[in-house]
Amino acid sequence: MTAASVAAVAAAAPITHTRPGESAVFYLLGAVAIVAALGVVFAKNAVHAALALVGVLFTFAVFYAMQDAPFLAAVQIIVYAGAILMLFLFVLMLVGVDSSDSLVETLRGHRIATGVFGLSFVVIMVGAIGHAITHASAVGLTSANAVAGGNVQSLARLIFTTYFWPFEVISALLIVAAVGAMVLAHRERTDRPSQPELMRERYRREDLVSALGHSAPGVFALGDSAARPALLPGGAEDLDSVYPELGGSAHGSSAPQESTP
Amino acid sequence: MNPANYLVLAAVIFTIGAVGVLVRRNAIVVFMCIELMLNAANLTLVTFSRLRGSLDGQVIAFFVMVVAAAEVVVGLAIIVTIFRTRRSASVDDANLLKY
Repeated sequence: MTAASVAAVAAAAPITHTRPGESAVFYLLGAVAIVAALGVVFAKNAVHAALALVGVLFTFAVFYAMQDAPFLAAVQIIVYAGAILMLFLFVLMLVGVDSSDSLVETLRGHRIATGVFGLSFVVIMVGAIGHAITHASAVGLTSANAVAGGNVQSLARLIFTTYFWPFEVISALLIVAAVGAMVLAHRERTDRPSQPELMRERYRREDLVSALGHSAPGVFALGDSAARPALLPGGAEDLDSVYPELGGSAHGSSAPQESTP
Repeated sequence: MNPANYLVLAAVIFTIGAVGVLVRRNAIVVFMCIELMLNAANLTLVTFSRLRGSLDGQVIAFFVMVVAAAEVVVGLAIIVTIFRTRRSASVDDANLLKY
């Protein structure tokens, strides 16, 4: 019996007990995850809550890696710990880290009712699940991962065949979310100076005139009207730069000319 | 260890997230607790994927992650917009539809 066939038989047998190493890591990181999740809920400072959330996300990435999901483990760290947590911290800094919770209850008995709900929910869930899984066994993902030569390849085959339409729809959802965030977070600035104001401010500065010695022809506009002719190098007005409807002589016509103020 | 013990842990984390959503007032922390609940659901999907020997659970967990990313982006943009008009990120202050 070769080593490969031994491995195949071992993979086909249902897993009723995990390896001792996985059990140790599960109990250790499970405790860490619960403590960090409690930290998210009970931390007074919102930044501390975000850092506790990082702990939860990293322990979950380890859980995914232990359960034959290396792709999801990588995505968990890249998307959650990398992108979403950065977004959370960014918005926290934008909104202000001192926006802590008020301790006044707006609903009477709110906290007590929440505590009762949480305790009863966790008792029911853990009791029901614990009762249901006493003799549970795992098939394992060794054969499923071997279909296309690896976890990532098998996932890609599923995403681009069976789940192709959900994948397309979800990509559209991402684009809509990005556009929606831009529309929501965008703010029209009203205190910005207009273009003529910027131009006047630029030419009001003394250093420009002193650097040139005198006003450069055609540059130092005395007004921003379209009827104002440009200046020629000699200082004369170039009436060809103004439309005849505005008093200039553009297009070869010789209309009456506006004098320099 | 039974390989299904991950389900118990996911249930506990989900409950902690739900309690956080109910208790906290800061809208950003409420969002973090929603992330906790989504992650617990993801862990359940991945665990069932391993129990049943099929990769569909992992694909759906991947989709859940994408939806969570979109949800966080839009939700935080809404929080920023509310903060601009009301100068507060508390969920108790956004009560314009109350009366």
